[in-house]
Amino acid sequence: MRGMRFTRHRGVLRADLDEVEAGVLAQLAEEVLGLVDEPEVSGDPLAALVGLPPGDVPEPDGPVLSRLLPDAYDRPGADGTDPEASGDFRRYTDADLRAGKRANAQVVLDTVPEGGGRMTLDRDQADAWLGCLNDVRLALGTSLGVTEHTDPDDYADNDPAYQALQVYGWLGYLQESLLSCLEPRVSGTP
Amino acid sequence: MTAPAQLDHPETDELLDRPWVAIVWNDPVNLMSYVTHVLIELFGFTKDKATQLMLQVHHDGKAVVSNGTREQMEADVARCHAKGLWATLQQD
Repeated sequence: MRGMRFTRHRGVLRADLDEVEAGVLAQLAEEVLGLVDEPEVSGDPLAALVGLPPGDVPEPDGPVLSRLLPDAYDRPGADGTDPEASGDFRRYTDADLRAGKRANAQVVLDTVPEGGGRMTLDRDQADAWLGCLNDVRLALGTSLGVTEHTDPDDYADNDPAYQALQVYGWLGYLQESLLSCLEPRVSGTP
Repeated sequence: MTAPAQLDHPETDELLDRPWVAIVWNDPVNLMSYVTHVLIELFGFTKDKATQLMLQVHHDGKAVVSNGTREQMEADVARCHAKGLWATLQQD
């Protein structure tokens, strides 16, 4: 699974996937979809219907989810943490953040050709792929504990981490090739 | 109608006047090219400026990417989180 890369043809992005590549991508997108499922929110379920502030949102469970849904006020491991402010921020942003990640993962699942084959993406789909590939890499990289110095060649061939790091490296290559086809679209504040 | 009570807390006013900043932190996963791409898309930076900030994140561990009111910085941090950047806000 080294050959696949994105190319651009007349405004459309294209990639050819083999069966293994398509299967791995679908499985990883499915995992992200499950990870960022809607959490159980405490408080009055009627509150949201009448526009009242949402109830408390539980803190992300574990390092992977903490990385996908970071604290806004507390850099993990830093002094001067402010869990209250982070909790307030989370109450208002968590649902949208999760929904955005689920939407990106769903685009990947809807466009990845089952069993492999040629895939074409328009710009919006390509942006969703870019976001989902990043989430997949964040999840996999965090669970593997990668650092900037991680090198798969430091692991034995039969080490399960070696295989996972090969996939992780391939995902980075894929994301890089997608980025090389995309001019940034400025949508932010002036 | 009643007039609002006059509160005189200059030290509080001074505290409130200090700007808030949104900070992007280094992490070992995000690609350098991806961080640059996202900074251009979110904040309208030129490629040079975005690259410079990305390198600051990479080498110094963090970079301030915007400043303003607390509400504005909360919105910017939320937009960074949506793109997978590791961002926080704090008063400068």
